[in-house]
Amino acid sequence: MTHWTTRIANLTGVAMVFLTFPAAAAPIDASRSSLTATFRQMNVPVEGAFKRISGDVVFDVARPQDARAALDIDLASFDLGPGTEDYAVETRRKDWFDTTRFPRATFTLDCARALGGDRFEARGKLSLKGRVLDLVAQVVRRSESGVQVFEGQLPIRRLVFGIGEGEWRDPSVVADEVVVRFRLVVPARVAAAK
Amino acid sequence: MPSDRYGVPAVLLHWGMAVLVAGAWFVGDWMTDLSFSPLKLKVYSWHKWTGVLVFALLIVRIGVQISVRIAPRSAIPMPPSGRLAQGAHLLLYLLLALVPLSGWLFSSAAGFTTVWFGLWPIPDLVPKDAQLKELFQAVHNALTSVLAALVVLHLLAALKHHFIDRDRVLVRMVPGLKPRKSPDLLD
Repeated sequence: MTHWTTRIANLTGVAMVFLTFPAAAAPIDASRSSLTATFRQMNVPVEGAFKRISGDVVFDVARPQDARAALDIDLASFDLGPGTEDYAVETRRKDWFDTTRFPRATFTLDCARALGGDRFEARGKLSLKGRVLDLVAQVVRRSESGVQVFEGQLPIRRLVFGIGEGEWRDPSVVADEVVVRFRLVVPARVAAAK
Repeated sequence: MPSDRYGVPAVLLHWGMAVLVAGAWFVGDWMTDLSFSPLKLKVYSWHKWTGVLVFALLIVRIGVQISVRIAPRSAIPMPPSGRLAQGAHLLLYLLLALVPLSGWLFSSAAGFTTVWFGLWPIPDLVPKDAQLKELFQAVHNALTSVLAALVVLHLLAALKHHFIDRDRVLVRMVPGLKPRKSPDLLD
């Protein structure tokens, strides 16, 4: 039996989604999208991917100022590839993502503006491990057969979010800077095109 | 009469590499059981850096051996055991190259580039691949065991030469060491 507060929270969440995307939600195609984080340990670049992401992107090239976007990242899905299970287990622990307390991270777009050509600037908020920070990323947008593809990368500082605490704070072992790369594939909204 | 002792570069390289190989062996054996921690990541890197250093020194050492001629050991024809010793040394050299090489391939296949001393990335020869990783891990472990066995043989042979044969084989590599007098000459 779900507690009534949880239910209300869930309903509020659903309502929020509808409020955020009044026109029509345009969910990303998660199977073709990717979100990776590359960090350096002992100066060795190591890349991991968040295998489970979801989100909505509403974007009209002619009106970038009206863009809406939200991304939801399942932090427990961070994967460094086969044979690195010990890493995967470690990243879920309290010192890192602490996925029992903070199962997900979210990014919400505040505003977007055109930079010329295919390039846009996206400003938004990243909520990660109980901390919310403003981010700015340059995004390249392409239109392919029936989909829009948004790609970009941005450096973030893991220590600002408390990712890698305690004995893991030492940036000489795991560097503070982490490069996040994203590729979001958004199918065109055929029904709501008008 | 010229000394039959090894020159300073050869002696330094021999003992320097002996320390590095022994260190890498014991650390390599110990590090795999460490729980995931910053220490583990550091130790793995040090182990890899040591392996690359051994490989680099091996090349220098071969260069030194080619360029520096020392006085021949003796004019006496080599007994069959001497041929075996030559073969064992050749194998030792081969493994000093193959153990670091297999470790490098293992690290590459595991998806971790070796960055020597945290400064110089060594290109990955193979892409990240789970099956290749298993393969190179097994090869690295097996070659390491053979190298360890040969090092023990090398050590025992040196002691045998010094304490049983009482010849100059060990003396040539240990500065200041004098050959043991034959018991016949005592008294």
